[in-house]
This record gives sequence, C-alpha cells and structure tokens, in this order.
Amino acid sequence: MTTRAPSEQLPDAVPGVARFARRWARALRRTSHVSMTAAEAEAYLLRHAGDLLDTVRATPFSPEPAKAIGTALVEVNFRSAAALRRTLAVLGSGFADDVASELAGELRPAALQARLAAVCGAVAEGFTLALQARTLAEQEQMQRAALTAVRTAEERRHMTEARFRAVFAEAAVGIGLVDPQGRVIDVNPTMARMLDLPITGMLGRTVAELVQPGGTPQTLAKFMELISGTRDHFRTETIRTLANGREVCLDLSMSMVRDQDGKPQFAIGVAVDITERRRLAERLWHEARHDALTGLPNRTLFFERLTELLVDGGPVGLCYLDLDGFKAVNDSLGHAVGDELLVAVARRLNETVAGAGRLVARLGGDEFVILTSQSGESAPPEPAEAVLSALARPFDIGGKQFTVSASIGVVDTRSGGTDPQQLMRAADITLYRAKAEGKGRWERHDPQRSARQVTLHILATDLPQALLRNEFYVQYQPLVSLGDGRMRGVEALVRWRHPELGLLLPDKFIPVAEETGMIAALGRWVLADSCKQARHWREAFPDQPIYVSVNIAVSQLHEPTLADDVFTVLKAEDLPPELLQLELTESAVLGDASGPLDALRVLADGGVQVAIDDFGTGYSNLAHLTRLPAHQLKLAGQFLHPLRAGASVDPAHYRIISAIISLAHELGLGVIAEGVEDPVQADRLRALDCDTGQGWLFGRPCPADEIARMLTAG
Amino acid sequence: MHRPAWAPGDVDMDTASPARMYDALLGGSHNFEVDRRAAAQAVAMVPDLPLVALSNRAFLRRAVRHLAAAGIRQFIDIGSGIPTVGSTHELAQAVAPDSRVVYVDIDPVAVSQSRAILGDDPHTTVIEGDLRAADRILADNRLRALIDLDQPVGVLLVAVLHLLTDADDPGGAVASLRDAIAPGSYLAISHLTSTLRPDDAAQLATHAAERSRVPIIFRSRPEITAFFTGLTVVEPGVVELPAWRPETPDDLHEEQGRSLGLAGVGRRD
Ligand SMILES: C[S@@+](CC[C@H](N)C(=O)[O-])C[C@H]1O[C@@H](n2cnc3c(N)ncnc32)[C@H](O)[C@@H]1O
Repeated sequence: MTTRAPSEQLPDAVPGVARFARRWARALRRTSHVSMTAAEAEAYLLRHAGDLLDTVRATPFSPEPAKAIGTALVEVNFRSAAALRRTLAVLGSGFADDVASELAGELRPAALQARLAAVCGAVAEGFTLALQARTLAEQEQMQRAALTAVRTAEERRHMTEARFRAVFAEAAVGIGLVDPQGRVIDVNPTMARMLDLPITGMLGRTVAELVQPGGTPQTLAKFMELISGTRDHFRTETIRTLANGREVCLDLSMSMVRDQDGKPQFAIGVAVDITERRRLAERLWHEARHDALTGLPNRTLFFERLTELLVDGGPVGLCYLDLDGFKAVNDSLGHAVGDELLVAVARRLNETVAGAGRLVARLGGDEFVILTSQSGESAPPEPAEAVLSALARPFDIGGKQFTVSASIGVVDTRSGGTDPQQLMRAADITLYRAKAEGKGRWERHDPQRSARQVTLHILATDLPQALLRNEFYVQYQPLVSLGDGRMRGVEALVRWRHPELGLLLPDKFIPVAEETGMIAALGRWVLADSCKQARHWREAFPDQPIYVSVNIAVSQLHEPTLADDVFTVLKAEDLPPELLQLELTESAVLGDASGPLDALRVLADGGVQVAIDDFGTGYSNLAHLTRLPAHQLKLAGQFLHPLRAGASVDPAHYRIISAIISLAHELGLGVIAEGVEDPVQADRLRALDCDTGQGWLFGRPCPADEIARMLTAG
Repeated sequence: MHRPAWAPGDVDMDTASPARMYDALLGGSHNFEVDRRAAAQAVAMVPDLPLVALSNRAFLRRAVRHLAAAGIRQFIDIGSGIPTVGSTHELAQAVAPDSRVVYVDIDPVAVSQSRAILGDDPHTTVIEGDLRAADRILADNRLRALIDLDQPVGVLLVAVLHLLTDADDPGGAVASLRDAIAPGSYLAISHLTSTLRPDDAAQLATHAAERSRVPIIFRSRPEITAFFTGLTVVEPGVVELPAWRPETPDDLHEEQGRSLGLAGVGRRD
C-alpha cells in the first residue's frame, strides 16, 4: 500500500470543484488516521472531486467510476465510518451548490439529485469493498504475524531449553530444582553422584526426607526459610556421609526463583564438591602452623593461640625454654644428631605437659614454649619444675646417651601483662636471667629485677641491627699540644643513636658488645670510619698532620685478625700509619695470653702509634710500661682532678704526677692529660712538662666537620 | 527474580498490548478482540482519546519531516509499534529515498507484524529489543548494519517512555542513547502527561494498571523536560503535542491547553 501524500496542486482546478474539495477535506478532519497535513489531504481530495464532477455530468451517465473514489479514501486510510458518513453527507448537500455554475444548466436539479444519489451509493460500495479487503488483509497479516511470533518464541524457548538441558546434564556442578513445597523437581547426574543417591529415588521426595539425620541442621533451617519465602538465597558448606562412609563437603547455594508477581516458582540449588579443596586448605593450614621437624605447633600457631587466650581474658602462663649448650651438640655431633635430640625433647615435653589447656610449641632452633591457660581463680600449676626433671633423664640417640639441661623463663599475665609481644619479651628476659644465674634452672618473671635487666637485654638484642641501620656515629675530641696550643690529633669516640633509648655513650654498650661478640664488627666499623675521616683532614690540611686515636677493647685485642684489619684499613685510606693511634688499657695487655702483645708489636713495628689509656686509675704499674710497645701515656682525668683551679694541691700527689711524667719521658713516651677543664689546670700540667691536653678546655667531642672548622681557623 | 530486561519477551495474546491498543485507537485492524475491548473502555472514560493518538501520530510526522529537512538520513525508532500508515520510513524516504530506519519494539507480535509489513526493504530493519537495555539495542549487529553511529542519527522515543516505570530508569535509558549518538543527532520524545488533565490521566493510569501488563506513567512537565538533559531543545521547546511546530490551524487534533501529551525534540551539540 502506498500512503505517500500527493502534494502537488492540480494546475487548472475548476473553482467549484476546489470549493467542494475544501468542504470535503474539512468534513474528513479528525475522522481517521491519515499521514497528511490538512493541505495535502485537500489536494488529494481535489483530484477525486474533479473525477466526481466528470462522473456526474457524463453522458451516458454511469455511477460506476465513483466506486474508485470510495477505494481512494480507504487507500489513504480515510477508513472510519465517520469518514464515509461525512463524505456522503457533503456529496448529498454541498456538492450541487458548489458546482452549480460549472454545470450551468446541464442537468435539471431533480436529475442532478438522482445522479448524486447513485454516485453516493457507488462511493459507499467502493469504500466498503476496499475497507473490507483491507481489514481482512490486515487481520490475516495480523494472525500470521502472531503465529510467526509464537513460533519464533517457541523455537527460541526450545533452543534455550536444549541449551539448558545440555548444561544441566553435563555440568560439573550439581544442580537441583525444588518446587515451593520443597519437593525435588529434577536433579542432574552430578548432583545425584554427589549425594550418592539415584535420580529416580530423589524425584518427588522432599528435601527434608533426603537430608541425613546427622546432617547439618543449619542448612535445613536455611532451606526451610527459603521455601517459606523469608529468604531468597543462601550459601553454605555442608557435609554428607556417603554409603561407603566417605565424607564429602559441598558448597551449596540455593536461590528462589519467582514469577513476575513475586510468587515463588521453584528453588534452584547448585552444589560444588569442595572436599578436596577443603582437605588441601586444612593441610596447608596445618603445615603453615606446625614445625616440620618435631610436628609441634610453630611460632605462628603459638602466637595465634596466645592472642586468642589473651583476648578471652583468662589467666595465661608461659614457660619459655631454651636448651643449654645445644649449639655444642650440633657443632660436635652434627645436625642430624642435633635434630634427633630436638625431636626427642619435643616428644618428652609433650608427654610431660600434655593435657587440656596446654600447648607446647617450638619457636625455632632449640627454643620451646609451653602455653598454659586456666580459667577460674586458681593459678595454673607450674609445669617448669616437671619439665626440668623430665629433661634430666638421659636421652638415647642412636645408641648413645645424652643428657641435656634447659633454662626456663616463666611468666604469666598477672606479672607480664596482657600484650602478647610484651609477655614474650618478659619471658625472654626471664629466660636470659635463668641462663645468667647458672642454667639448668627456671626463674619466675620479676618485674622489678627485669626492669634493670631490660636495658642490657634490649641493647644486646638491638646491637646487630643497629650497625646495619647506621645507628652508630663517631665524634672527635681534640688532642692539643700544651706547648704551642695547636691540635695534634683527635680521639675517636663512638656513639649510638638508639631509636628508643636515645643517645648512648660507649660505657653503656661497649661491655654489651663485648659480651655478645658484636665488638669485633663494631670495632672494625669505628676504625674504618675514623681512618676515612683522618684521610679527609690530611687531604684538606696537608700542613697540619692530625692523627686519630681509636679505642681498642680487650676482646678486640684477642681477635687474631686485628693487625691485618688495621693495615687493610690504612692501605684502603692511603693513610700513613703514624696518623693512627690505638688506645688500650694497661690491663688489656696484661693477661696470660701472648697473642695481644704480639699483635701490638706487629702494629707498632708497622708504624702505628699505641697509647696506654686511663693510666692512674686502679691498678697501674709503671714497671709494665717498659714491656709494652707504647708511644704515649694517657693520664686519667680523675687522676688529674687535684690540679684543677681552686683545688688545694696535695704536695705528695703533685710529686707522683710529676714523677710519672718524667719517667714516661725517660721511657720515650709522650704524655696526654685527660679531662683538662680550666686554664689553671693546663698551666700546672704545662709546668710539669706534660705534652698534650684533652678536655673541655680544648674542645668537647664534636662532629668531624667541627674539627675541620677548627683546623681552618688554625 | 524477575525476567531480566534483555531476555526475549513472551508472546501473550490474552491480554491487551500497548502496540495493538494503540492501533485500535487509530482505527486499524492490526489488533485482537482484547485490545479493542480495552481501547473501547479507555475511550469510554476519555472520549477524545482517539484524538490524542492522532495528535501523537501527527507529532511523529512533523518531527520526522523536521529532522529529515535538517539532513538526518538515519533513524532509530524505539517503541515503534505497528508501522502502518505514515510510518517513519515512509516519511523519511519521502524526503530522501535512501534514508535508513531501524524499528525497535519489545512486543514480539508487533515486531513480527512490522517485518511482514516492511517486507524486504533494504533500508529498514526491525529488531526485537528493550529500551531498558538501550546499550544492547545500539550494539545489535542488525542496527549497526544500517546505522553509522559516528554520523548524526534521529532517535525517536515517541509514546514509549511513559510505558517505563521509574524503577525501569527511563532517564538512564535516555542518557545512554544520548551519550551514544554523534553530535548533530536529534532525539524526539512524546510522552503522556498528567499536567493538563490530572483526572483523566489518573483514570487512564488506573485502567492500564488493571487491564494490561504494562502500566502507563503520566509524568509531569519537569520530569519530561528532564529527559532532555544534555541536549539543546529545539524551538518551541517541550510543549503540548499539537503545539509542536503545527503546519496550519487545521492540523490541530486536540484542543490547545487540553492535550494529554507533551513533546519535544533535542539536538546533541
Ligand atoms: C503507544 S506505542 C507507540 C508507537 C509509536 N512509537 C507511535 O508513537 O506511534 C508504544 C510501543 O512501545 C513498545 N514498548 C513498550 N515498552 C517498550 C520497551 N521497554 N522497549 C521497547 N519498546 C517498548 C510497545 O510494545 C508499543 O509498541
């Protein structure tokens, strides 16, 4: 059908015909759905109005052509009853007047009326036939379209269903459909396999019937909520025991599917067999929390449990245990034996303290911990004593008998607090004390005693990292000639900038460093750093040779590599050995061993200067000086106090100082006075012929830059 | 769980469908008894309802002619219904014979009818699609075969947005269409409104809710204007159906000030 509107105006419209067309178009307005503007409709009708006139005046007269006008109306969709009625009305009443002048007496009025009546009939006939044809065609098209739509929808549903069937049958996950009454509509083979039930045995039965008596009651409860409509979805893990006794773990999720009005239609359940995944997860969990060697819980699990117990708030006790001398066993008998011993110890610990509320864990190496928890008021019985006596019985490893002892630090929440880290630290300190007090014993945490020990302990633990983290630095104190007041050298003094304890002086940490063996590394570092500095000054101030004086601890002297280390550093810095002085105390070289003295001789022969530090305090023996390859003697500040301003000088003391200085000179030693604080003291020392002064009067320990500034100033 | 917006619709011939009721109101025969009965009931409540339908079709005609005159050669007509008399492609092709039109409707019967009516005109195609999933419509291969989204396009949402509830997020659908079309494109909207005749609107809304699976949402002028966010509304703005660029006074179907519909055209700059 074409409804394209003819928009062209007919060229030579007859005025009466145009009048009629306008009247006709008006009459048809709003009667039908046409796709034309009013003007376009009028133009379309104008053509047919011309045909009408021709039909009416034709000789011989025949109304037949007017049928086409009815058809034409329907063609552009002037198809309503109102359209026909109004067309007939304007034909009957307006047409004759409009075209009166055109007909100009061609027809008598009665004849015209008769012809018009016939024309109206023909228009109506044409209209009706066309409308009928069109309506039937549309209805038929309609039916066919509906049918096609239904067929398409069905095909689509078929396809969807076939796809769904395939998914359903082949899925690796179990799928089940349940009606709103809880009866099984369908399950796929995978689901049947998972539940170990035949498909036919499930269809039509309620889920409640299929649930095992010992099954997971929460799952059924959630399912009932789903069925009753109070929840739309749930997901849960549920366990089912198969006929062969095997347990399967299923990850089950179920959803209620509702229709458009929200009415439950069916529930769909999807199950995944997670038995293996869960077993693997459990194994991984176990492995991550147990010690592979002894099978005991490890540090991770121990801390998890400890934290849990502390959160619960009950009293918690810890026995922190370390085998005495285990390193020796490892070193002398090998790791295999050591490991066997650890396993045996672990077993014995477990046997001894086994029981509810106790956990034995291996923290690493030969460290174990026993965690005890006891609800209620009574203090947990102390397992430490039992452990010590259990370990006292000899162990039989590969046919050999071993005895081991252990030290134990005991702490509980009452004295050690409820923070896991804090508690462990307290246990650690207490264990340290048990070791220090003779090993093979247990000590109970004592907050007061610990406080004192804490710092030492902290220092001991922190030292190794401190070196790596650059927490140490060196300051330099001028050594000044009393004769001309010029700087001759500097003493290197190491400091520790501790992140929590602040600035620490060597007397605080050197003993700890010696005890822990860290002194070797620390000493090497100070030596290297000082020599590097000395080199700087030498390069920057070639006319003012400045030596650097580095302290050497007793245990450093015992290091067999000391001399080599020193020469290596000198070489690395291209520093003349005379610009390095090593300071050591008299007692350091007075032991039985000859090693230290030999090392000192090698160094002195190599040109390195040696100074005897702290002379005049405690036991000082001038006679010994003759045996030492020394170049300078440092008189302790304390020893020189009496020379300070305001002090009345005891003539005897004065004479002793004088004698020591002249004796030193006689032995070829220079003399350095420490702790010089005022000019009077300096004058007196000068009068006594002392060579060099050191002390606040000449400058406090300061950064290397400061020394450079002093050198610049001259 | 409700049917997702993208799932194929069911064929339901037992309840009245908006497409066929609308055809019945226009005097067509592409409808069933249920549709005619529902239409008759609505007309009994609001006797000039057929005129509203005529008025809406007249807006469609004027809008398409306007866009075609502005040079638009490709159209996407969403919620196109049954393209009988004065359909978009006829109007557009009368101006430029190579104009391309994609008809989209959610009603599978209307789609099937449209295909039968259009035959195999290579410049038109019919897609079953849902305005609520506008992105899917735009992504459809059949649409892409005819429409170049890099070129200006005329998008028609004529008498369809009022079939979407607020929960369907009609604003979101319009926005995603707006964002997808090239600058120079147009969006034409007509929409039933409660503004001028609140009582009639309420009656018709209730009737739709009871009679059909598709409710009718009569929206206010500000709500309808909001659909043009991000577009430049062309003259004369969002106005009553008959007031949108009428050709002559003779072309008005509804009385001024009493229209049940508002219409407007926006341009993407
Ligand atoms: C009243 S008719 C309008 C037809 C045509 N646009 C006109 O104005 O003459 C509304 C049409 O929108 C369709 N429709 C309703 N909801 C729709 C949706 N979500 N997506 C696409 N079409 C929809 C109906 O099927 C119906 O054919």
